[in-house]
Amino acid sequence: MTTSSNGTAFVEFDRVQKSYDGETLVVKDLNLSLPQGEFLTMLGPSGSGKTTCLMMLAGFETATHGDIRLDGKSINNIPPHKRGIGMVFQNYALFPHMTVAENLSFPLEVRGMSKSDREAKVKRALDMVQMGDFGGRRPAQLSGGQQQRIALSRALVFEPELVLMDEPLGALDKQLRETLQFEITNLAHELGITTVYVTHDQTEALTMSDRVAVFDDGRIQQLAPPDKLYEEPENSFVAQFIGENNTLLGTVKEIKDGIALVELDGGEVIDAKPINVSQPGERTRVSIRPERVEYNKDRLSPDAHTLKAEVLEFIYMGDIFRTRLRVAGKDDFVVKTRNAPDQRRLKPGETIEIGWLAQDCRALDA
Amino acid sequence: MSNGSATTGPDQITGATPDNAMRNADRADSGPMLAADGTTLKSSLNRALRRQKLRALMLIAPLLIFVLLTFIAPIADMLFRSVENQIVSDTLPRTVAALKDWDADGETLPEPATFKALYTDIFIAQERKLHTRLGSRLNYELTGVSSLFRKSGRKVEDMGEVYQDQFEDLNGYWKKGENWNALLGTPAWLEAQNAWEEDSGAAQPAFEPRPEIAAVLPQTTATFEIFADFVQNEDKDNLAKKDPWALVYSALYDDLTAGADVAAYAGPGATELQEAAAAVSGFETVDFPTAFEDIDEDWQSLDVWQTLKVYSPNFTSGYFLNSIDMQKTVDGPALRPENQRFYVMLFMRTLFMSLVITGSCILLGYPVGYILANLPAKTANLLMILVLLPFWTSLLVRTSAWKVMLQQQGVINDTLVWLGIVADDSRLALINNQTGTIIAMTHILLPFMILPLYSVMKTIPPSYVRAAKSLGATNWTAFWRVYFPQSVPGIGAGSILVFILSIGYYITPEIVGGRTGVFISNQIAYHISSSLNWGLAAALGAILLAVVLGLYWTYDKIVGIDNVKLGG
Ligand SMILES: Nc1ncnc2c1ncn2[C@@H]1O[C@H](COP(=O)(O)OP(=O)(O)OP(=O)(O)O)[C@@H](O)[C@H]1O
Ligand SMILES: [Mg+2]
Repeated sequence: MTTSSNGTAFVEFDRVQKSYDGETLVVKDLNLSLPQGEFLTMLGPSGSGKTTCLMMLAGFETATHGDIRLDGKSINNIPPHKRGIGMVFQNYALFPHMTVAENLSFPLEVRGMSKSDREAKVKRALDMVQMGDFGGRRPAQLSGGQQQRIALSRALVFEPELVLMDEPLGALDKQLRETLQFEITNLAHELGITTVYVTHDQTEALTMSDRVAVFDDGRIQQLAPPDKLYEEPENSFVAQFIGENNTLLGTVKEIKDGIALVELDGGEVIDAKPINVSQPGERTRVSIRPERVEYNKDRLSPDAHTLKAEVLEFIYMGDIFRTRLRVAGKDDFVVKTRNAPDQRRLKPGETIEIGWLAQDCRALDA
Repeated sequence: MSNGSATTGPDQITGATPDNAMRNADRADSGPMLAADGTTLKSSLNRALRRQKLRALMLIAPLLIFVLLTFIAPIADMLFRSVENQIVSDTLPRTVAALKDWDADGETLPEPATFKALYTDIFIAQERKLHTRLGSRLNYELTGVSSLFRKSGRKVEDMGEVYQDQFEDLNGYWKKGENWNALLGTPAWLEAQNAWEEDSGAAQPAFEPRPEIAAVLPQTTATFEIFADFVQNEDKDNLAKKDPWALVYSALYDDLTAGADVAAYAGPGATELQEAAAAVSGFETVDFPTAFEDIDEDWQSLDVWQTLKVYSPNFTSGYFLNSIDMQKTVDGPALRPENQRFYVMLFMRTLFMSLVITGSCILLGYPVGYILANLPAKTANLLMILVLLPFWTSLLVRTSAWKVMLQQQGVINDTLVWLGIVADDSRLALINNQTGTIIAMTHILLPFMILPLYSVMKTIPPSYVRAAKSLGATNWTAFWRVYFPQSVPGIGAGSILVFILSIGYYITPEIVGGRTGVFISNQIAYHISSSLNWGLAAALGAILLAVVLGLYWTYDKIVGIDNVKLGG
């Protein structure tokens, strides 16, 4: 769902900048447009400005420069309570002095809904997150995961078109996270809600989203669907931030037929796909995923360049083998292979030849 | 343990789980769990806990003792004083006993015997200089009693002298103290007493009545014993050199006229005694009711006697009745006359003004607390110093400053006149009335409201209000439905502090309150330091304490005391 259903963007950040102190920009030149119904994740290291973006969208911070538009209207002209944005806060922000049901009926009450309608909706919203029996409890009497569900259903109960979630699963254990990730995406898609989700957990980002915006240093480094993000990172930050990654430093020798010859600092030459390099002589950082490295000669094209590698460590992980190699003077080069019957298990000390398809090896910025 | 599953266990699985197996095992042997050394687990746990408690107790012991001595004990003493009334029965024991059977509702004065008892009591009391104290005590209940007692104390001696003179005229023997000692004391005591030297530092040998004479002259002996005890123990005089009180002569007269069997007596002074016994029938007698009437006509007034009777018990509700504008009468409690009612109004005023002060502290303090809690720490700390500044200035200085500010010719009035808001000839009366007290006390107690408010508001994360707004609440709704309820514990704590402080405040109302702006505490202070009616002061204090506790209880019922937060 990368394109909008009706062509126009539902949420739009237009060259937005934000500074809290007038000295440093926390958000630098943010451009982002979101079609209706999309599940977008903002992913990035701590302090990269994700919450700030969300707060600007929700109207609790104002952009220092630029414009944020919601359904075509500039958001500065709509007060927060009229924006109709559901929000799940980093710490849930369930009102401690109200019961769960009161928390849920609050947004309906302020919209002047009748009591019977409210009750019906609250019940439905609670059932939606399988918390039907907990209406009478106080938030303090719920576990973290239960509070999370309530926060979610409170953000959805008034049927907003846009829901913002700020690391809603940050405080939960792995198992619960996975269950809830699944529930959240399901709900969002079922209800057709546009969602902006913030996390710094990349697995979460990859598994849940239609598109992921990788933030760093107040900028979007790449905005792409998860598969593209993983397989075709556009710069070395994204490559390193998403998933496991082997990098080698070198200089471009020549670019021909869409393939760049890169001479590594140790003198070896490899093939790579030029992404951020355009002419010979440029420094580059080539990046290759561990599972795309091949050491079975038969599977490589005959004219592919190969590198000598020494096996340092072999780790049996059940479904995969993880082998650490010394390649081009670096001894943190990792290879992952599927545990298949015909797969060779490497032994430490062994010397092998490794290679890859040129399009799997990306020559990025240095 | 064996009672483990009642409150906790979320797992209600009844099958064979390890947990259930353990529980069943516990139930099966049904005896208490045993610790390693064979004692029951419970008792060894108790022992361990007891040691912990003991250590904790030792740590707080100094404070506990301090609090007991300086706080609990004075309060207990105050509560006791507010009902204590032993002074009447201590000072006038015989009169109180005699009045027991007197019908206070009737129109007749007590029997002459009661007057005689009164004579004895007042005689002893004036020797001990206690009658004026009793007079002041009873004067609280009936004006004029104080001077009545003082006068009677001065003149009561003359009454007894009628008999003394007649005995002494009859025989010089009766004049001398040593004769009395020989007549009434045991020979052993007499010898010791005569051998005793005043300057020796040794204790004076205590008077011992001789049984033979005590059988013949019981009243005389008893009265003499009182006299001897007084001389030896209170006056610290040498009994050998003292002549007896006139009261002793009256007692002797009573004994002899009552038909004492002097013929059977053969000890020292037997002849003189027989002579006196023969002569008493011709003695001039004293009519006590008339004698008292001669001292003061008030002794013929029913009021005095009724007051005496009403206040004769050891404990009285009189002080409390006085505190609520009532008085004790022979017919039970009754309201005071309209023009003497005062305290209930004062209590009401104190409560009302404390409420107003608390209310204005909330109104002024809430926004300040809110701003402080939402400013960056640096600015907030600076402003906090401004809030605390009054704490570092003497209370007296602050209150006096208000006097300067609020006077008719003071800063505020001058400014208002200058601005043309108030005409020069109708300057506002801002001081020496309730307005002055409310303004000054609100200012002085404001920090006690701001501090708890601030510390509670500080803990309310901004995300709640944001959440409310994102859910569609307007600024006001978000504040009122989400922020305000969470700040209520701060309001509660601040209000309790301010209200309880102001209900007992003294200095500020005293200085700026004038006549209409004073509190009940000023009246308490007046009774403690000026009128010296400590019992009434104690009763007023006890009522104040009860009111505060009552309000505290109501607050707990309505808001819940665990809803009070001073911070965190
Ligand atoms: N209210 C504020 N005043 C000043 N600086 C702020 C404020 N809020 C955030 N910042 C700064 O802005 C930067 C971005 O903060 P933001 O909260 O957006 O990060 P984030 O991406 O959400 O991080 P995290 O993953 O840790 O939540 C940080 O350097 C932070 O210190
Ligand atoms: Mg954040």
